[in-house]
Amino acid sequence: MTTPEPGHLPLRAKVASSLSRTAAALSRAAGRGDGSVIGGWLGLKIDPDLLRHLAAGRRVALVSGTNGKTTTTRLTAAAMGVLGDVATNSLGANMPTGHTSALARAGHTPYAVLEVDEHYLRQVIEATDPLAVALLNLSRDQLDRAKEVAMMATLWRDAVRDRDTRVVANADDPMVVFAARGARHVTWVASGQRWHDDSWVCPACGSHIVRAEGDWHCAGCDLRRPIPQWTVEGDLVVDPAGARHPITLQLPGRINRANAATALAIAAQFGVDPAKAAPLLGQVASIAGRYATVQRDGRTVRLLLAKNPAGWLEAFDMAEHAPTLLAINARDPDGLDTSWLYDVDFSPLHGRRVLITGDRAMDLAVRLEVNEIPFEHMTNFNRALAAVPPGRLEVIANYTAFQDIRAELNRVN
Amino acid sequence: MSTDPRHRAGSDEVGGESALRIVWLCPDLLSTYGDRGNMLILARRAYARGIPVETLEVRSDEAVPQEGDIYLLGGGEDGPQALAAQRLNADQGLHRALARGATALVVCAGYQLVGTSFFAKGEKVPGLGILDMHSDRGSTRAVGEVAGVPDPGLRLPTVTGFENHGGRTHLGPGLTPLARITAGIGNDGTTEGVWQGKLIGTYMHGPALARNPALADLLISWAVGSTVDPIDDTWPDKLRRERLAAVRG
Repeated sequence: MTTPEPGHLPLRAKVASSLSRTAAALSRAAGRGDGSVIGGWLGLKIDPDLLRHLAAGRRVALVSGTNGKTTTTRLTAAAMGVLGDVATNSLGANMPTGHTSALARAGHTPYAVLEVDEHYLRQVIEATDPLAVALLNLSRDQLDRAKEVAMMATLWRDAVRDRDTRVVANADDPMVVFAARGARHVTWVASGQRWHDDSWVCPACGSHIVRAEGDWHCAGCDLRRPIPQWTVEGDLVVDPAGARHPITLQLPGRINRANAATALAIAAQFGVDPAKAAPLLGQVASIAGRYATVQRDGRTVRLLLAKNPAGWLEAFDMAEHAPTLLAINARDPDGLDTSWLYDVDFSPLHGRRVLITGDRAMDLAVRLEVNEIPFEHMTNFNRALAAVPPGRLEVIANYTAFQDIRAELNRVN
Repeated sequence: MSTDPRHRAGSDEVGGESALRIVWLCPDLLSTYGDRGNMLILARRAYARGIPVETLEVRSDEAVPQEGDIYLLGGGEDGPQALAAQRLNADQGLHRALARGATALVVCAGYQLVGTSFFAKGEKVPGLGILDMHSDRGSTRAVGEVAGVPDPGLRLPTVTGFENHGGRTHLGPGLTPLARITAGIGNDGTTEGVWQGKLIGTYMHGPALARNPALADLLISWAVGSTVDPIDDTWPDKLRRERLAAVRG
């Protein structure tokens, strides 16, 4: 396979790519952001085929799903590092403009691993002709604008059906299995599914999904849990040959060991030996502030991002038994509606000291009262920090609340 | 997902003949965003008054139980809403319960359901026909804060919620709206929801009772047949003030 030389880009694409890099640098210099979106936006304005041109000649992996895509993308990029240079949108800019920007900035690399917003999966598959696509999970996320979950599963199904792309998919999520089973080559990973409330109804036939002891099947049709080739046993990832690979991650929680299994499974599609890649996963410490640990005023602050009910359940699993600050906003990127708070059962926080903050702390206060969890309201992050004794403070926040706190901590990465 | 532990369904622990039975219908179809909240809030507020509570989540393929005191229907997308109409019409259990005077809170898609017809995926679908009202499509989707002054007969303070719906609802001449709109769209930009006997319908979606504790208590008092004592509502009151200030700008 040939790799793209700059000279092979059509002139229009070359100009667009160069402009795109300049704009991203300007955006960073102006302090307006990470520069990962604006550059791509400018580039796409000039050449709508720019992403196709930039992807041509690279061997591409895409990662999509409601939760865990940024982390899995980072882990996959680390695993693929065994083979050579990898372009990736590691800042979480996951729409086509972000992909364009990431590829333009990376210059020419033989490989690319791209996180893709679930709404754009089909478009990005068509533009980048990926060798592999990972489908992680689907659950409710900002329903005041997002498509309903079953509709998203149908869009995914149509995006991968009858393509030669190798699909790496979560065997534990009925919505994902429905989407992936029409693809020509599927590798199933037992990634788990803590959140069940968006997959009680079969997307294929409307009957109920029956679950028992980690297995599941549809009561009305042939949709059922496929036998996974990759599984997770404690701190071991078991590959299709039955070999066990110890995984020592800096990232917390069972879900991240599952994300590691997915990363190894994707990399294996490119010929990466999981035994060589597994040790590299332990080098990933934090991703754009997610899971970052910061020392501040004698406190060890850890940042966990949770953007939707399924993400909150995973965050409770990751958080240590320590004072915990919950921060909620409802600005545009978060969705304006806070109703989802009642889809989350906060009872795992029982027995921990709970502090709350954010634009919509009052919604959270009422929710916690209903859940019978005592809490203290703090008007800002620094007051919360001062209110807890030296030692650990776990922070769980939704998107813009997370960014606000990250800004207080000097945009920690 | 487990519910809050004290309110977990099951008559052995907290139920019995005297328990207040809260029945959430079709959670498999009509639970788009936080609809569980109304059940949890009613249970907590009843429990706080020393009223034993039993909560039941009844899927759309199970028969509607007849012994419920408060019935709840939540919001949902077009497909599940049409399926819920079919199954509830075939079962007739909700019709019988409401005919004997059970209390009900129906929200968003569940609110449209109790009328004679609604629109799903561009087609007119027969509703449950329990109330003389029907819903059609508006020219725009109503998304955002909604507030209104309730009918004086309810003796409730201003209602506040979040709405997200494409439908417009038209009440027949014998029906009373829940409120007169002061912000948002509700039924048609003028009125919001419906009040008929012991039934409240509203476009305030999801956990509507979180911001409207007095409405929650009204439903409980209808179901138990007597008024209930006040409880500490410091946090719900703060939330109400914040949201009502937000719509006043």
